[in-house]
Amino acid sequence: MSNWIPLWVHKLGSPPTFYRFAGIVMPWMMALALVTGALGLYGGLVLAPADYQQGDAYRIIFIHVPCAWMSMFVYAVMGMSSVIALVWRIKLAEVVAMESAPIGAAFTFITLVTGSLWGKPMWGTWWTWDARLTSELVLLFLYLGVIGLYHAFEDRRQGARAAAFLAIIGIINVPIVHFSVNWWNTLHQGSTVKLFGPSKIAWDMLWPLLTMTLATKFYYVASLFRRVRTDLLALEGGKDWVREIARSEDDR
Amino acid sequence: MSMHALQVFLAMGGYAAYVWPAYALFFIVLIADTLAPVLRRRRVLRELRARLARQSARQGRSNGTPTPTPTPTSP
Amino acid sequence: MSHAGAATACAAMLRRDLTLAWRRRGDITMPVLYALIVTMLFPFALGPEDTLLQRIAGGVVLVTVLLAMLLALDAMFSSDIEDGSLEQLVLAPQPLALMLGMKILAHWITTALPLIVIAPLLAGMLHLPTAVMPVLLLALLLATPLLSLLGAVLVALTAGTRRSGMLLALMLLPLCVPAVIFAAGAVAAAQQGLPWLAPLAWLGSALVLAIVLAPLACAAALRIALDA
Repeated sequence: MSNWIPLWVHKLGSPPTFYRFAGIVMPWMMALALVTGALGLYGGLVLAPADYQQGDAYRIIFIHVPCAWMSMFVYAVMGMSSVIALVWRIKLAEVVAMESAPIGAAFTFITLVTGSLWGKPMWGTWWTWDARLTSELVLLFLYLGVIGLYHAFEDRRQGARAAAFLAIIGIINVPIVHFSVNWWNTLHQGSTVKLFGPSKIAWDMLWPLLTMTLATKFYYVASLFRRVRTDLLALEGGKDWVREIARSEDDR
Repeated sequence: MSMHALQVFLAMGGYAAYVWPAYALFFIVLIADTLAPVLRRRRVLRELRARLARQSARQGRSNGTPTPTPTPTSP
Repeated sequence: MSHAGAATACAAMLRRDLTLAWRRRGDITMPVLYALIVTMLFPFALGPEDTLLQRIAGGVVLVTVLLAMLLALDAMFSSDIEDGSLEQLVLAPQPLALMLGMKILAHWITTALPLIVIAPLLAGMLHLPTAVMPVLLLALLLATPLLSLLGAVLVALTAGTRRSGMLLALMLLPLCVPAVIFAAGAVAAAQQGLPWLAPLAWLGSALVLAIVLAPLACAAALRIALDA
């Protein structure tokens, strides 16, 4: 039945293989994240002109928007891994789902706080209970709930399955966050960057934004691989391949 | 870059109090997110090595005492 | 060996849970007393000025009822887990979702219904205009079963874990936010003389969805949590 899945995908599901694969890929991802991040930040902070309405305060956009997109993207990845983990009981999917949660929570937290710092000079308030901000806050609580539920179980795998179930229930919130500015009257502005069709933002501001988006994605992969590698070591502590690693890294 | 240009840059058009804390938070949170698994990995490996050391010490003690070799029984 | 049909099993399950709850009658009064005390705190804290109390009355009653239900939610499965009857239920030939639906119904009857009965008293203490009371009761009648159903799924997930009370609150409250918004919105609209049917209709449709899906999700969650 699963003949359409290539062999290398099956092999990646094995912890030691994934550990080696992630160990090779992760430094490259981190390097790419740093390079694209530096490029994006230089473009955004130095090259891009000040906004005619918001002055230099708008430059928060170069971290606020990529982190907001990541908060939803990471939840989607977490949701998909959770489905795979619950349906096929693949250990690696459980680990990917559970280790994505803290990274997603970090991005959501940055989104909320940078948004607040942007809102104060622009809207005159640190916070408002409009649909976009409220649903993003709910997203943070969902991440914290997944993390909390995962750690509440003695058996790690059982905890992962319970938390995966919660993650799947909460996935309804992601489209709500995304479409909230269209469905409700919100203080938060509508979308200016479009996937299909022209975006309502100047190119000088758009390219650093897109570069930062790329940078955060690279960073997510690097951080995820780092966390998954560590978690695999913790989970598979009794196996020989982990013991080899422990012995070979004795002086660190 | 001249000192004046640097000052203009840092002032962020008067919004420095909002822009720079935002960027600082971004870096602080992501650096914390980077370091957490590194620290955890060291702790996990340290504990694993300690556990292995305890296991081999226990085996060494039990190997010191002679154990009777099992004799094969005929079916 | 034949087993009882679905209808008989449902009636038996309901009767069992209601009987057990009746034997611990004192537990039924706890959420009610809690709601009364919390509602009384608001005039003490904010001052007895009528206009202020009237504005917050609907929202305060809703949130207080929600918190009271949250306190009682933890106990939905706890005694059955302790004596092993929940595992027997999972293994029983009757469909688990149906049986859990009956348990949730029994829990709602013993927890939320008393709160809805005293809701006029709570609202009266905060000087909610009497014309708005029916809307508040309708909102509670639609929102509380939604809370019970959603809460049951989350209680099933945390079944058997330690410190489940705080964790349950952390998980449940964000998911309750839409229900609270629509229920409070209906009451606020009625207070201002605006049409209030639309938010209640949304609440009703969410309730219907929950009645169908929540017992199934609860059964799946229970199987995951008990799978030791």
